[in-house]
Amino acid sequence: MANREAPRPQADSITGNHLLTRRQILGGMAGAAGLAAVPSLLAACSGGASPSAGGQSSAPGGASSPPASAVGGNITLGSNYSDAVPKGVLQGIVDTFSQETGITVKVNTVDHGTFQDQISSYLQATPDDVFTWFSGFRMRFFAAQGLATDISDVWAKVGDNYSEAFKVGSTGDDQKQYFIPIYNYPWAVFYRKSVFQEKGYEIPTTVDELKTLCSKMQTDGLIPFAFGDSDGWPAMGTFDILNLRQNGYDFHVGLMAGDQKWTDPKVKTVFEIWKELLPFHQEGAAGRTWQDAAQALVQKKAGMYLLGMFVSQQFQEAGEAELDDLDFFPYPSLGTEFDAEQALDAPIDGFMISANSPSLGDDLDAAKAFMEYLAQPETQVTWVSQDKGNIAASKNADTSGYTPLQQKAAELIGNAQRITQFLDRDTNPNFAGANGMQAFLLDFLKTPDQDPDTFLGKIQTFWDTL
Amino acid sequence: MADRTSDGLSPALPESTGGVGVSVGAKRRSRYSLLTRRDKLVLAAMIGLPLFLDLALIWGPTIASVVLSFTNWNGIGPITPDKFIGTKNYENLFQAYPFFWPALTHNILWLAVLMFAATPVGILFAVLLDRELRGTRIYQSILYLPVVLSLAIIGFIWQLQYAPEQGFINNVLGRTEQGNLISWLGDPSLNIWAVLVAASWRHVGYVMVLYLAGLKSVDPTLREAAKVDGASERQTFFSVVFPVMAPINVVIVVVTVIESLRAFDIAYIINRGKNGLELLSTLITNNSISESNRVGFGSAIAVILLLVSLGPIVVFLSRMMREDRR
Repeated sequence: MANREAPRPQADSITGNHLLTRRQILGGMAGAAGLAAVPSLLAACSGGASPSAGGQSSAPGGASSPPASAVGGNITLGSNYSDAVPKGVLQGIVDTFSQETGITVKVNTVDHGTFQDQISSYLQATPDDVFTWFSGFRMRFFAAQGLATDISDVWAKVGDNYSEAFKVGSTGDDQKQYFIPIYNYPWAVFYRKSVFQEKGYEIPTTVDELKTLCSKMQTDGLIPFAFGDSDGWPAMGTFDILNLRQNGYDFHVGLMAGDQKWTDPKVKTVFEIWKELLPFHQEGAAGRTWQDAAQALVQKKAGMYLLGMFVSQQFQEAGEAELDDLDFFPYPSLGTEFDAEQALDAPIDGFMISANSPSLGDDLDAAKAFMEYLAQPETQVTWVSQDKGNIAASKNADTSGYTPLQQKAAELIGNAQRITQFLDRDTNPNFAGANGMQAFLLDFLKTPDQDPDTFLGKIQTFWDTL
Repeated sequence: MADRTSDGLSPALPESTGGVGVSVGAKRRSRYSLLTRRDKLVLAAMIGLPLFLDLALIWGPTIASVVLSFTNWNGIGPITPDKFIGTKNYENLFQAYPFFWPALTHNILWLAVLMFAATPVGILFAVLLDRELRGTRIYQSILYLPVVLSLAIIGFIWQLQYAPEQGFINNVLGRTEQGNLISWLGDPSLNIWAVLVAASWRHVGYVMVLYLAGLKSVDPTLREAAKVDGASERQTFFSVVFPVMAPINVVIVVVTVIESLRAFDIAYIINRGKNGLELLSTLITNNSISESNRVGFGSAIAVILLLVSLGPIVVFLSRMMREDRR
């Protein structure tokens, strides 16, 4: 789940998340009595056994936002943009929308991690009319559970703004659309131009060139790949790209959906390739946050870093000059037939309309008008001109104002024939979580020499019990 | 689901109303009763209300948890009969789920460390501070400070201490380079101990304050008598003070057990309870009340935690009751 903390990098403020949760419990205890809170009351069973877990479990009941008191031209928006920059951006867009249409939008911001953890109970209780979410398995899942409103009619109007891939990414299992993409960002290999220039490094295009470059970096006293996996999800990015290059998009998607087996020899090959590359990664990754790993790149202690474009925020904080020095290249090819797909993880964030909002009966038209507004290329360009780690989702967006990094990202995603979201957005969250795939990958990082068949067997067994 | 819960509760309810004297039998006896009608109402309210709260807030969720542990409910929609899957959750838990046994072991380890390391240290500090050293107040404040902080903040503080490159500990040890770096929180054979240090740091202060309060209430004449009889400091403590402190000792043992079984915050903040920091409580959270929605499976773990907790609680309560009777 934590991967969505990635795009809005605030995993470092996880303590803050936690405090917030606790406070909300206190605030929400009272509200937990309602019928809507029955699921969370049941979930609160654990309270009988463990006081602290019980405290946690009552959080979902408390999390449900105050019932919307909107009428007519009012809508409510549940937002997980709790970081200062995107929060300001969203507020600016909302204000402009209100000025233009006369529809007022009340934004209820919830801390990012909390929002994610409580999404199920939030959507079942009294959600806001519109809420922030992302494309992938969970979007389709909530649509299938009847917790989201079909917005195919909005898509009929704005469909021309998007490429086919984005439409697919917004479509539920029933072939209706439920999601409006606002932006996305690529996962690629980031590096500092100045370091490559100074040492005379060439951009590797094949994995053999990559290995040569890594060895060269090591003799130059650089850590070839910065790496931090304490949050559990960053390692998934490495698995995704290797699997996409080695076994192709179709196999990857099948694996995520459970149609392919983890015990397949193809998966074993991926881990073998990874194992060969592991010595080039920063040691002690399991105890390092991705922000700390990014610092190794900022401080020129590491040569490269495979991460999402949100890594640029660490450079932005370090200064404008540092940000200008940041560049990336697509992951090198492995010499398979699937290299041509140029597939990559490029997670899409966006907005959905809930189904259970008490005020939705009055607000549906206004909410759809808002969705239409968000689907406009101009709106998205406004967004990414301030939040520079992302690029607009619309294919008609005016890219002339983009930073060089954004332009390159747009090109990279444009060239990709296949786009995936990210392992934990593409598969069942029951499987991808902290006591699931995150733990398995950490186990692999710690003991890469373990018997791969036993290792993959464990993963498949776990999948089978879900 | 809701039906099931009320089924579970309904046998208890008539009993409760009968107990407070509203039934026919009570009416017949009322002639001889010393209680006025108002007394009875007050009594009924005083017994009935707590009983109701107890049933609704403690027994209700507990029974619901047990029932849910036999389902594969995902937290969405009604619980229909086809969601009941028998003991499959428990089979998965014991046989297939790779995180259950580590979590149980970690909880037991947690209990052992707090009980046999942190608690004695806390008692030792209390005894030392009780001797009115110079600056007792300052020591007391310093040792008690961690207790005032929430465990969430403690987790954050120690996360900074243990950070691989930027952290204080590795910098002091000079182990921040590739090749000699100590990954305190990343190495699954090390991180549980690192976290236990943080948890003990807090627990020591807690036990110290409890014990110090108890020591202050020990009758000074007892010590004087021991001194007159020629007992050494050590003898005085172990043969006179410690036995007198029996009620406090029981409280401390119970507090320690509870703290260990509900251990959650630090592990969850550091890495959500994975990679060597699995605890029963974090497994429950990660399965049923995070983005995952294995409510049934999470409930099964909760039931196990309940059973584990019942053991020590029953032992201590029965022992205390036996002593009271004596």
